[in-house]
Parts: sequence; structure tokens; C-alpha cells
Amino acid sequence: MKFFKNKNGSIYTSNNLGDIFFEKITGFFAAVVLILVILMAYEMYAGAKPSIEKFGWGFLVSSAWDPVREMFGALPIIYGTIVSSMLALLISVPLSIGVAVFLSEIAPSWLEKPASYLVELLAGIPSVVYGLWGIFVLVPWIRNDVQPFLSQNFGFLPFFQGPPYGFGLLAAVLILSIMILPIIASISRDIIRSVPHDQREAALALGATKWESILIVLKEVKSGILGASMLGLGRAVGETMAVTMVIGNRPLISASLFDPSYTMASAIANEFTEATSDMYISSLIHLALVLFVITIIINALARLLVWSMDRKWKTVR
Amino acid sequence: MENGAMKSNLYLYKKKIINLIMLSLSVLAAVISIIPLIFIIYYTVSKGISHLNIDFFIEMPKPVGEPGGGMANAIVGTLIMLGIGGSIGIPVGMSAGIYLSEFGKNKFGNVVRFFADVLSGVPSIVVGVVVYSLVVIPMKQFSALAGGIALGIIMIPTITRTTDEMIKIVPQSLRETALSLGIPKWKTTVSIVLKTAWKGIATGILLALSRAAGETAPLLFTALGNRFWSTSIGQPIASLTVYIYDYAKAPFEDWNNQAWTAALVLIILISILSLLFKIITRSRYNIKQ
Amino acid sequence: MLIVDKYLRTIKNNTQENMLNKKSILILLFIFFTSGYSFAQLQLNGAGATFPAVIYTKWFDEYKKLTGVQFNYQVIGSGGGIRQVLEGTVDFGATDGPMSDKQLLEVKDKRGTEVLHIPTVIGAVVISYNIPGVGKGLKLTGQVLADIFLGKIYYWNDIEIQKINPGINLPASAILVAHRSDGSGTTYIFTDYLSKVSKEWQIKVGTGKAVNWPVGLGGKGNDGVAGFIKQTEGSIGYIELAFAVHNNINYAFMKNKNGYFIEPSFKSVTAATGEILNNMPADLRVSITDADGKDSYPISGFTWLLVYKNMKNEEKANALVDFLYWAMDKGQSYTTDLYYSPLPNKIIKMCRNKINTITANGKKIK
Repeated sequence: MKFFKNKNGSIYTSNNLGDIFFEKITGFFAAVVLILVILMAYEMYAGAKPSIEKFGWGFLVSSAWDPVREMFGALPIIYGTIVSSMLALLISVPLSIGVAVFLSEIAPSWLEKPASYLVELLAGIPSVVYGLWGIFVLVPWIRNDVQPFLSQNFGFLPFFQGPPYGFGLLAAVLILSIMILPIIASISRDIIRSVPHDQREAALALGATKWESILIVLKEVKSGILGASMLGLGRAVGETMAVTMVIGNRPLISASLFDPSYTMASAIANEFTEATSDMYISSLIHLALVLFVITIIINALARLLVWSMDRKWKTVR
Repeated sequence: MENGAMKSNLYLYKKKIINLIMLSLSVLAAVISIIPLIFIIYYTVSKGISHLNIDFFIEMPKPVGEPGGGMANAIVGTLIMLGIGGSIGIPVGMSAGIYLSEFGKNKFGNVVRFFADVLSGVPSIVVGVVVYSLVVIPMKQFSALAGGIALGIIMIPTITRTTDEMIKIVPQSLRETALSLGIPKWKTTVSIVLKTAWKGIATGILLALSRAAGETAPLLFTALGNRFWSTSIGQPIASLTVYIYDYAKAPFEDWNNQAWTAALVLIILISILSLLFKIITRSRYNIKQ
Repeated sequence: MLIVDKYLRTIKNNTQENMLNKKSILILLFIFFTSGYSFAQLQLNGAGATFPAVIYTKWFDEYKKLTGVQFNYQVIGSGGGIRQVLEGTVDFGATDGPMSDKQLLEVKDKRGTEVLHIPTVIGAVVISYNIPGVGKGLKLTGQVLADIFLGKIYYWNDIEIQKINPGINLPASAILVAHRSDGSGTTYIFTDYLSKVSKEWQIKVGTGKAVNWPVGLGGKGNDGVAGFIKQTEGSIGYIELAFAVHNNINYAFMKNKNGYFIEPSFKSVTAATGEILNNMPADLRVSITDADGKDSYPISGFTWLLVYKNMKNEEKANALVDFLYWAMDKGQSYTTDLYYSPLPNKIIKMCRNKINTITANGKKIK
């Protein structure tokens, strides 16, 4: 029996034909993953080409989404995507950190397991079911209770002006924050847990309160939590169904949360099967390409941040 | 002297209060976060159950405006597309995952891992757009096949990464023992390593299937939809998720109720997937250390 | 599939008990994965307008009971119907906003055959609203309507609306405007009308299936807009009559060209065809908004089925032609119950002549 060390570091036995085939075949499938992403990027670029050639970078900054005149500017749509996702993050991140701290530090283990399970359950609910609940429960609540309350008491602010549709940016922001919370919370919880106990114990021994020891741990995992938040952001940006069902579907740049809005994903969902002219379809594919690029960048940065956490604690151990 | 003692008492007192406040806030955050979940499950169950009857599972949708009918075609449609998606996603994902864990400690492996993560972050609607151009247009046909392919693509990254992670966990000593007995590497991987990691891999597959079952956006322009019973992969096909979307925004109260029922059935389906895999992988495979 | 093979092999190495369990589940899975490869019975796929969805789904349901042939109609909006006909992914399309000359040329180029517009029924686009305390029959003029959708009139008790409705107590609340977010023939008919009655609308927004709306919120499909109006107090929107009636949504009486406020009904819609009855263009594409005639409802429109003049699949072509003749005959009897208007006889004759020209691979049908 001969033992060889492969350049990968793995050990294998001889020039067994089976081994070679096995490596090649599984390698092929691994390459398929690669090819898939490249193929997708290529297809979208090809489809978006007419729009890119006609509008260039102006596509991203002009405001007219006018199918009649075949003028397509994505600014209001990109604005809607960014604002809805950012506001959702604003609500969700503090809550998620609170939940993560609760699950990893405060909850006794008999409570922690079912609570974690519940949080993960939230992540498994399909987007369209969120949308369904949004239309029949959230939106009427916003229209009948929240919007009048905000108008009466804070109506002087530009954020709370306009007729109470119920549907609109506010509804979308609330639904998105519920949807991204489980992701940010579970990853943060895992990261916090991975910090070795000696840190906390040292702090407590020096007379710190529990909260102060938690604060120290949080400071250590700052970049990991940032990464988790970015993953949440990535999901928010790409979220389609729940948003389409409550956001009001009108491309508009407005300061008010009461106004309808539009995101890249909902624009594509609403208009793709019916874009009647080639330029219209090309502009929608152009939007898809922009969305694709944005999510790749956000996710890549997020993964880097979360991986850096892994490496950090590996060396300490 | 007393001053000093008082000051430090005050200081301690302040720390204790902040501690209490912050910890309570954390508990509050947890409670606030669970509330929407409870609401959603409560509404889905209560509204969905009221119209959950045998008709829902065996009847076809009625013409617009007529009450009654069911979603038998949608339930079957979702299952068929999950089947097609699974038959693409599971082999590709598992093989890629096996490659990554057994042979993939090189640059190529890292690139593939990165791309798998990229793929998992791509919004599903973008996948739908691509499959439309690649499958629907050349076939000149909306079809269950196109929908299934879109779902399969969505499943691949999850299955790849979990397979990779789960196989990595299998201790090296196991492999070395097998190799020293003269078993070729491929057989080791398949018969022994895979068997050990099977439970974790199955969880990954189940996660991917659950995620795919809940997808709507990519199906909008691949499978389109079908008001009739159809099991053919070359024709458009109905699905629970698209029906929920269509019926939710309709003005007909009957349709709205059916949407809730469909949501309930969908969530039950996703839970069943979980149970199914737990049964299959009931463990006689764990090799003791 | 290599992995599954290997897995199957490892299963053989198990205990008897496990084997039975796993094998049967695997067989089930196998059947499940391949069940898609079953035989399809004759099914034609079509997509398009939501405007006639109520009657088309009824027709296809009845036709299936009669002949067993399935016409799978997906409501994705008129724009969608036209798009998919252009791409060739459907067997027929449906639209209430006719294809433009440019599109007709494009389809001839892309698909190698012309597309025929076959009118099927006539319908009314009604202006529906949800105002607490106000029932059916709010009077509106074209100019006021245009101003509402331009955002120039934003409260219900605006003097312009109150003027034409002296007896009605209108609330001082905001008008919540709803329009279509998808490419819609209903939008086409509506904007076509507005462009005729308001110069400002024509310049600022224009006519089309999807336009740059000055105000309002977008709903998907006639059903999406109807759903919104039903649930939102103070809302206004434009939907097909059938959707309003089926959902008990109130709608306005519009002032027509001759100065009368007309209630939308199948009678007033039929009256709207009086003007063009003798002037129908040969390709059957025509607008009847703001029609002359004292009983005419001003926002009426035809809806068309888009069919390929030459179809490649003989079986499908036969089924389609048979269905079309049925629609022109028996089908028309379902219209008034569902709040659409049947086609006038003169137009039915023209349609039959058109249907007669459909061929399958160059051969005539029946």
C-alpha cells in the first residue's frame, strides 16, 4: 500500500482510477457553482446592454421612469431600495443585538433553546406569507392607528406628511425589519457565544457588573456584528414579495414615510412579464444587474467581516 | 473619609442601575421581537383553519368571482417543482460540497466557496430573470421545468456549504483508519465519511428545500401559473406561493380566505419536510469514536 | 447522480429493517421526481388582460366542460399579453390596449406571422371610490377626473366636485388615488379617455398601458386596485365594471360628450359603439372612449384576443378556432350576467371573417 500526499494536503492511496474519477467529477460540480454565477452575470449584462448603451451611468441618476416615452431612470427606485433597507436596519440592529445578548448571556438554558428556535422559525416564514400578513394586518393598523397618531403629533415633520394610504414606505420598513431580525440576531448570538469565557470572568472578577462584562465582549466582536448586520442588509435589499405587496409601487423620491415607494426588486417583479418594448425589458434587466452587483458587494464585505471573527478567535484558542 | 465611602456607594449604585436597565432592555428586545412572530402564526392559523376543508385539497380554482374551489393543482405544482429543483440542487450541491471538503483546500476551492456565498446572496428574483432568458425564451414556453430549474439554482449554495461544513467535521482519524485498511479514497468518502455526516447534510438539504418551497418571485416568470390540473413539466404550472400572492391582493373575500389557507398549508408543508428528513436519517449510521 | 448511486449501494449494506424503510421512501422520491414526465392533455396557454378576466375564466371553464380542452389563461396585464405574444411563449394573448403598428411589424418579423386582433366583449372602465356615507352615482366630469389624477384636486370636498354634486355631503378628507402598477389595457382605455378630455393630461402624461403617474399608489391588476379601494376609505381608482359589482364597490356616473351623466351598464356601453359601427377599421383595432351618443358611457372599450394568423401546431390551431367561433356565438350569452356587453352583430360578422383567415402551417382550418 502506497501512501501519497496530495498537493491539497489530503492523503490518498494509489493511482486508483476510482479516486481520480471521483476527484474530477466532484470537481466538475464544484466548477458548476462557479460557472453558474458567471453565466448569470453574463446573461444579465447581455440583456441590459441596450439600456446601458442608451442611458449609460445616467440610468442611475435620472428620475424619470416613463414607459410611454421610453425614458428609464432608476434613481427613485434605487432611492426606495436604499432608504427602506437602511431604515429597516436602523430598527432591526439594536433589537437584534438585544435579542442576541439575551440569548447568549441572560437566558437560562431551558429558555434559551426554545427562544432560539422561535427566532429561527421567523427566518423560515416565506416572504409571501409576510406580505399576506402585511396586507391584512399591518397595513390596516398603520392606516387606522399609526399614521393618524403620527400625523397629529408629529405632522410638522416632513417624514409624516401626506394622506394615510397605509401602504407605503413605512409599511415596507416595518416588514423588512421583522424579516431581517432573525438573521442578524442568530449570527450575532453565535459570534458572542464564540468569545471564550475567560474574558467575561476576568471582567467580573475585577468588579464589573454583568452588563459591563457583556459590553466588553460586544466591543471585541464589533466587526462580526457589523458583518451580521450587512448580511441582514443584503437580504433587505433583495427582498421582493413582502415589499411589493405593501410598498405602494410608485417610483417617487419623497421625504415622507407615508408616501408610496418602489424598490428594484418590486419594480422587476411588477413589470417584467409585461414590459412591452425591448428597451423597457432591457432597462428592467439593467435594474436586475444593478441589484445583483449591489448584493454581491454587500455580501462579500459581510462575509469578510464575519470570517475575520472566526480567525480572530482561532488564534486566541 | 465618609465622603469617599458615599461617593463610591453612589458610583456602585449607578452601575447597578445601568446594569438593571440594560439587561431589562435586552429582555424587552427579545420580547418585542417575538411578538410579530406570534401575530403572524396566530393569524395564519386562525384565518387559515376557517377555510381548511377537504375541497381545498381536491378542487381546482373556480372562475374569477365565483366562490369556492380549491388549490389542488397548486399543491401538486409546488411539490413537482421542488422535486425538479431537488433533482438538480441536491446532486450538484452535495458533489460540490464533497469536493470542497475533501479536495478543496486550495485556491480553486476558496474561489468556489466565495462564489457559493455570492450565489446564496443573489435575490431570487434575479435568478428568475436569468432563468427566463436561458430557459423560457429558447423553449418558447413557460414551464414547470423552468420553475424547477430556478428553485434548483437557489438550493445549490445552501446544500454546498452545509455539506462542506458537515464533512469537515468528520474526524481525520476515521479517514486514516479506512485508508490504512486499503479502502480507496473515493470509497472512504462515500461509504464512511458521508454516512457519518449524513445527518448534518440532510439538515442542509431540508433547509434548502424549505427555502425553495417558500419562493415566489422566481416562479412569476418561469412557471407562470395554471388554473387547471397539470403535472407536465413542459407546461406552466400553479404553485402555492404564487397563488397566495394573486389571491392576497384580490378584492374577493373568498380568495383572501383561500390565501390564508394556502399560507397555512405552505407552512405545514415546510414543517413536514423537516419531519420527513428526520425520519430518513434516524441514525444507525453514527460510527462511535 | 453518482452520489445517489453510491448512497443506494451503501444502503444495501444495512440491516434488513432499515433497508425496507429507506428503500420504500427512496422509491417514493423517485416517483415524485419523475412524475413531471407525464402526458399532457391538450392545453393552450394564454396570458394578458385582467379587464376581461371575469368572463374569460368563465368561458374557459365552460369550454373545458364542453370539450375537455384546457385553455390556461394567466392574468398578467395587457402589456404582459402583448409581450408574451411577441416572444412566442404563449399560444394566444389578450389585451384591451391594441398593439401599435410598430409592434405589429415587430411580431411579424420575430414570429414570422401576423397577429390578429379579435374583439371578444366590450366593457366599461368605471371610476370607483370608497367614501363613507356616499353611495353609487357620484357625478364626475372628465376634466375633474383628470385633475384628480393630476394631483390638482386633493380633497373630496373640493369645490369642483361639490359643484356637480350639490346634494351629496362630501368629507373633508384626502383623495387616495390608486392606479395600475403593471402594463394595463385598462390603463390604456382610461388614459386614452383622459387625453381626449384634458389637454393638460395629454401633454403631461399621455396615453399608454403604463404611464408616468403624477400621483397615487400602484396596484397590480384590476383585482389589486379593486382590493385596495375596497379596503381603503377615501380611495379612488379605475377598474372594470365587473370587478366593482362583484365586490360591492361604488362607482361614478360620468358626463359624456353630449353632456349627460351616464351610469355604466351594458346598455350604455353598447350605446358607445354606435359611433364607430359603420366605420370599423379592417384590422378591428379601435377606440370608443368619449364616444358620441346621448346614452353612451364615455369610458368604454373593446377587449381583444391576440392570435397568430398562422399557427404551427395543427391540433392547437383547430382547438383555438373552434373556441373562437364558440365565443362569438354561445360565449356572448354569458356577457350581460357578468356585466360585460356582447358584441354588436355587425362586429361579430367581421370577427367571424377574421377568424376564418387563421391557418395552421398554411392550411385552412375546417
